[in-house]
Amino acid sequence: KVTDKATGTELPGVNVIVKGTTNGTVTDFDGLYTLDKANIGDILVFSFIGFNNVEVAIKSNEDINVILEESAESLQEVVIIGYGTTTKKDATGAVSSVKAADINKGAIASPEQLLVGKVAGVQVTTGGGAPGTGSTIRIRGGSSLRATNNPLIIIDGVPLDNEGVSGTRNPLNIVNPNDIESYSILKDASATAIYGSRASNGVIIITTKKGKSGGIKANYSANVSVQENTQFVDAMSATDFKGYVNANGVATDIALIGNADNNWQDEIFQTGIGTDHNISLSGGSDKFNVRGSMGYTNLNGTLKTSKLERATYSINIGTKLFDNKLKIDLNTKASLIGNRFADQGAIGNAISFDPTQPIYDDSLPFGGYFEWTSPIDGRAIQTGAPRNPLALLEQRRNESSVKRFIGNIQFDYKMHFLPDLRANLNLGIDKSSSKGFNNIFNSSTTQLADGTNLGNMATYNQEKENQLLDFYLNYVKNIESIDSKIDVMAGYSYQNFLNEGGDVSNLQDTSISQISDYSNELNLQSFFGRLNYTLANKYLFTFTYRADGSSRFRGDNKWGKFPSAAFAWKMKEESFLQDSNTISDLKLRVGWGITGQQDIGDNYNPALATYLLSTNTAQYQFGNGFISTYRAEPYNTTLKWEETTTYNLGLDFGFLNDRINGSIDGYFRETVDLLNFISFPAGSALSNADYANIGSLENKGVELTLNFIPIKTDDLDLTLSLNGAWNDSEITKLTTNESTDYDGVEIGGISGGVGNNVQIHSVGYAPSTFYVYEQVYDANGKPLEDVYVDRDGDGSITLDDRYRFENPNADITLGFSTDLNYKNWNFTMSWRGSFGNYVYNNVDSNLGFKLNLLNTAFPDVISNGVENILETGFVNGGTERYLSDYYVQDASFVKLDNIGVGYNFNNVFGEGTNLKLNATVQNALIITDYEGLDPEVFGGIDYNIYPRPRIYTLGLNLNF
Amino acid sequence: CLNDLDTLPNDDDIALADEVFNDPSAYKQVLAKLYAGLAISGQEGPAGLPDISGIDEGFSQYLRQYWLAQEVTTDEAVIGWADGSLPDYHEQDWNSGNEFIRALYNRIFYQITSCNAFLRQTTPDLLSGRGVEGSLLTEVNTYRAEARFLRALSYYHALDFFGNVPFVDESDPVGYFTPEQMSRVDLFNFVESELLDIESSLTAPMANEYARVDQAGAWTLLAKLYLNAEVYTGQVKYNEAVTYANKVINAGYSLEPNYENLFLADNHTASGVIFPIAFDGLHTQSYGGTTFLIHAAIGGSMAPADFGVNSGWGGNRTTSALVNLFNYTFNSTAANNAIGAPSNWGIVGDATVNAWNGPDMTLYQTGTSDVYQAYYQLQSGELKFRPDNSWGSDFGDSNGNNISVSAGLYRITVNTADKTYTLEPLTDARAMFHTDGQNLEIADIPTFTEGYGITKFKNVDRDGNAGSDASGNFTDTDFPLFRLADVYLMYAEAVLRGGSGGDEATAMGYVNELRTRANSPVQVSSIDLDLILDERARELYWEGHRRTDLIRYGKFSDGSYTWPWKGGVSDGASTSSHLDLFPIPSTDMNANPNLQQNTGY
Repeated sequence: KVTDKATGTELPGVNVIVKGTTNGTVTDFDGLYTLDKANIGDILVFSFIGFNNVEVAIKSNEDINVILEESAESLQEVVIIGYGTTTKKDATGAVSSVKAADINKGAIASPEQLLVGKVAGVQVTTGGGAPGTGSTIRIRGGSSLRATNNPLIIIDGVPLDNEGVSGTRNPLNIVNPNDIESYSILKDASATAIYGSRASNGVIIITTKKGKSGGIKANYSANVSVQENTQFVDAMSATDFKGYVNANGVATDIALIGNADNNWQDEIFQTGIGTDHNISLSGGSDKFNVRGSMGYTNLNGTLKTSKLERATYSINIGTKLFDNKLKIDLNTKASLIGNRFADQGAIGNAISFDPTQPIYDDSLPFGGYFEWTSPIDGRAIQTGAPRNPLALLEQRRNESSVKRFIGNIQFDYKMHFLPDLRANLNLGIDKSSSKGFNNIFNSSTTQLADGTNLGNMATYNQEKENQLLDFYLNYVKNIESIDSKIDVMAGYSYQNFLNEGGDVSNLQDTSISQISDYSNELNLQSFFGRLNYTLANKYLFTFTYRADGSSRFRGDNKWGKFPSAAFAWKMKEESFLQDSNTISDLKLRVGWGITGQQDIGDNYNPALATYLLSTNTAQYQFGNGFISTYRAEPYNTTLKWEETTTYNLGLDFGFLNDRINGSIDGYFRETVDLLNFISFPAGSALSNADYANIGSLENKGVELTLNFIPIKTDDLDLTLSLNGAWNDSEITKLTTNESTDYDGVEIGGISGGVGNNVQIHSVGYAPSTFYVYEQVYDANGKPLEDVYVDRDGDGSITLDDRYRFENPNADITLGFSTDLNYKNWNFTMSWRGSFGNYVYNNVDSNLGFKLNLLNTAFPDVISNGVENILETGFVNGGTERYLSDYYVQDASFVKLDNIGVGYNFNNVFGEGTNLKLNATVQNALIITDYEGLDPEVFGGIDYNIYPRPRIYTLGLNLNF
Repeated sequence: CLNDLDTLPNDDDIALADEVFNDPSAYKQVLAKLYAGLAISGQEGPAGLPDISGIDEGFSQYLRQYWLAQEVTTDEAVIGWADGSLPDYHEQDWNSGNEFIRALYNRIFYQITSCNAFLRQTTPDLLSGRGVEGSLLTEVNTYRAEARFLRALSYYHALDFFGNVPFVDESDPVGYFTPEQMSRVDLFNFVESELLDIESSLTAPMANEYARVDQAGAWTLLAKLYLNAEVYTGQVKYNEAVTYANKVINAGYSLEPNYENLFLADNHTASGVIFPIAFDGLHTQSYGGTTFLIHAAIGGSMAPADFGVNSGWGGNRTTSALVNLFNYTFNSTAANNAIGAPSNWGIVGDATVNAWNGPDMTLYQTGTSDVYQAYYQLQSGELKFRPDNSWGSDFGDSNGNNISVSAGLYRITVNTADKTYTLEPLTDARAMFHTDGQNLEIADIPTFTEGYGITKFKNVDRDGNAGSDASGNFTDTDFPLFRLADVYLMYAEAVLRGGSGGDEATAMGYVNELRTRANSPVQVSSIDLDLILDERARELYWEGHRRTDLIRYGKFSDGSYTWPWKGGVSDGASTSSHLDLFPIPSTDMNANPNLQQNTGY
């Protein structure tokens, strides 16, 4: 007989197989089975989807009764939600959960990158290939135009701020990916509204591993990775460049051609080697558990001089006191990060720098490097000449060291007198301390007007301290008389964010050294409550309400009020489905909620009238002296919460014993009173633009998650996971009046000229839609310089001829993972697709026209460009050419992000030990029509990206 | 605990509006910001914490935008950069979406609202409430007058560029509201009444600290207002223009003897500047102002070090229309006859017309015996002095060798008694063109070598030393917004247009003073309005006057006067007259439903 450990009920449909044979059977409706042809000494394997396998050796002819325990991947799994937990089966909102077993593998330093491609509607775009680089995370697109679109990230109960930490590429690097137990992603308002003020863009809850009861377990894992760039910008070769200059240059240009043959991109990039070591110890009993870990990561980037070194520590302790009534959990994490930042400007200069010039020239006073100099005075040319790319890297030390600590202690107390009532207190702190310097060597080309070289020295520091206090009461009662369960929660939250720091630049030249410092504070407080009502274990109702106060707003606008309601119907529990063998799970979810937004970045007192003192380089002369000035700062006393209303309709389903399971969600989201940075009527404010609640935005989309287990046998199982999302965003209002002739807000500044924008927020279109001229081509498909479609038909090409053409956001994103286990082997693949995303190829537009290569204003320099110039033959840097739709290119792509193989040695160092070896290739393959380096560009303007390298990783993981 | 939500700024650099004026020195620091608004773009020079947003901070700086709108729209300047809709300026092809017009407008209104904020905080009630009295009160009242001057200056710019604009003063609130539009005529009256009203509260001419305005500044602005009154209101006010020009001229200013000194790093020591916008390479840094004017004008074969900066930005040049204004003909016969009678002395050599054979070019008897003089166009070569066309005796340099000269017009003077001579090159000192490697005519605006460069503004002092910023990025050179020469020419023009209170002879004297100062050999014996317009270009080019001048003369838009690339055509083309006013930017049209767009847009 086979029973469920949790409920004690019989389990039908359990596979029972004699190990190593095909001999087997299936349990009947009462969980009973009979197996012929089994002998004493055989091992029986009991397997059931959603439960852990159990192996039992036959020792006699007696009945073998087995209790199966649910596995972590089960639908019964606990899902972390705001201020509590639920199960996947009982969740009323759109919640996705990702376990450590499912995340990406390889040399990954930051926790959010483990999620790439894993969750429908969650887009994680890395900022490039620098070691430990940060990412932009978008859940269901963005709901704001100017306020943040970042999701709220909560680590072990401590919500982080959205601001960066000085000196790090990514504030999330505090969390060692090896310590992560699970992610929970809350997507719709009924799930997120309990986090009210900060939840409009979804919530990502990261939970780290805890000690488990049982003996002491140790784990050591390590990997070594090799990073290699596989993609390069197609700058002209020395041969092509010579040909181009000879054909297009004047005599003075041709005279400048040198004898070298360099590929500057080869000079600035290297093979990056990285290592990673982690060790953890964990253990515990019924009353006490502890886990401690240490990690060390050392990554060298593919751009020379870029480097990350990190040590992480974590200790999690849990204990239960007073008859298990009081539970105390302590979580601490600390990290020490040392970075060296490469000057990414070297990438653009490597394209621009003349490949016929030498790398080194000892006759010049620039530390041995060749640089362009003026024949008039022999000095380095400061404007109009690219800098030696290798010198940019090697003549600069830009380093930081960052310490960060996140800790919280959580008390959970079940009242002695009323065990249904629980009190929970969570105290947390997030503290960081950064310092760094950025020194340019004296031998570099920065020169004083008298011709002597002078480098630059700058330092900075930052101290941040964020405090958290959460308190809530939770009352859970089963009222059997009416077959109901009530779960009520009410609480209060206090958060304070302090951020102080300063920087000094031009340290070497004290006469122009600049000192600036800052100190700011944000305070958020909330009252919240939730009612879960479950009727007959079929009908689930959730109501939440939250009142949020932000120090950004003043007076009556300080508090925002955010309600939500959701209903779920567990259709599988209905009599007409209960007995179905085909449909193993079916649940309908409907949700509605309002969330708020107040995060407008580093503006901390937007509603308060203040004066700001100028720095000592922004003084004004009165008589013979200079005085620092006081500026009346713009402010808006009417500023209030931005509000997003979300409707969500979802269906969770499982077929054939959940061998096929998944969910489908449709949503509609409308944001009103957008916290927008807009033009104020001239004369009304103390600047031309300020924050005001103006405009609205809509998002709609469909998300599908599908898991399919086509094969599951003792030796072989295969899991396929597919997720897909369609999202559409549209701005519906941007002005106070109902003006129809308002073009919108131009954004999307590009490199090339000053103030050229290629994107626009306008009503009726997606945010950041490209706003460009329509290029005219000749019969051979070659773009004709300065010929555009006169769309308004007025006979000349004016700004009014621009049109709105595509946008950088993908219409459809897909993720596809496979996990194949054969005996001790494990093969994984992770694919990702993005369709309908467009990118402005700023590399080609800025480095692909003659005047940038052979500029008459700078007759003593010639510069290289991209191969694209040979196709277009473009000459001028005219505005219209920059704004041509020729450069807006379809950047749809399919990427094989990750492919890996692993082998498991059991009991290799004795009973209970386990060694896993694995090999992974990240960024293995890109399929795209996009003509630039990499189609994955957040924001849609491609310029000087740090190439994402291909990474080969060999790793081992030892449990003992 | 809930009170923690009322966070207050804990940054030392931020003060609450209610508390900042508890410090008496804050009044002057707020006033300094009103001046600084013309010079720098934010609170963290050269860039950072910008005053206005939506456009690159340095690009949007007040003087830089003012200059672009006044100069690049005319025959005096082209700019080669492909920045947004910048090329539309010279092509006279702008519309209400033009971001540079928007930046100009936004800077103007930024100044106005800043001045209003200061005036709102310094009302008599508030001052007495804070115990401001005695000498501080007197001082603050002067500050108030200066703030009103600065507001009037920006409203004057609004009047000149945009005509009918929203109007706000210190009685209006701060926040999101929609100001009413004021007509151009009413705005004229407001600016006039403000300037007249503050006249007595400002300090006497030249009595204030350097870079702060005084009465002469207000008078100059009044003279400008009246000179252009017909354009702004349809009513002529030339009598008043003469009156206020006279007040400035009689205030004791003198012309800086050396024209070049007005545009150098130490030009705060030059005389004749009535109201400057002050810059400093270390203390007042921005990517606009003279930093822009100097860097952007350098390119091609120009050496940045000659200008005291580290680099050229390769942007600004001029058209042949300005260059040709300096080709006024020189009649050497008349000039020589004016010196005195022909003498027996002359010059001979391959620098002269008849080379080494003679007959020699005659020198003329001056009022001093034994001193002979003449004006001649010489060729590149050598020469000697001799009497009587004969090699009987001849004189060269101190060693008796031939004297080398380069080609050009010279005033040649010889003293036969003490055997000394001078050769003074006589080119108009104001024609500061860089021609080496440049084409006079522009085939293609983005190409820097098309069109002559201009070397007027430099970040070196009179002795050739570079400015205070050793890195060569930022300049010390102040911008002479108002100077005496401008007032001289306004006087002359107002007189010629019928203004009473002056006379043509005095006007002609002023023109000749300017020419003498410029080392120009050509004095005028009569003046007319066209000559004044040309003389304004010669004297004041690249100083931000040209667009207003051309409009006053009816030559800015339409086809009565064209220049290279006007209308986007290399020979120049007629444009629509509605361009005499800029459009109200679409952003403000959209934000403020009270506004009516200017005709034609």
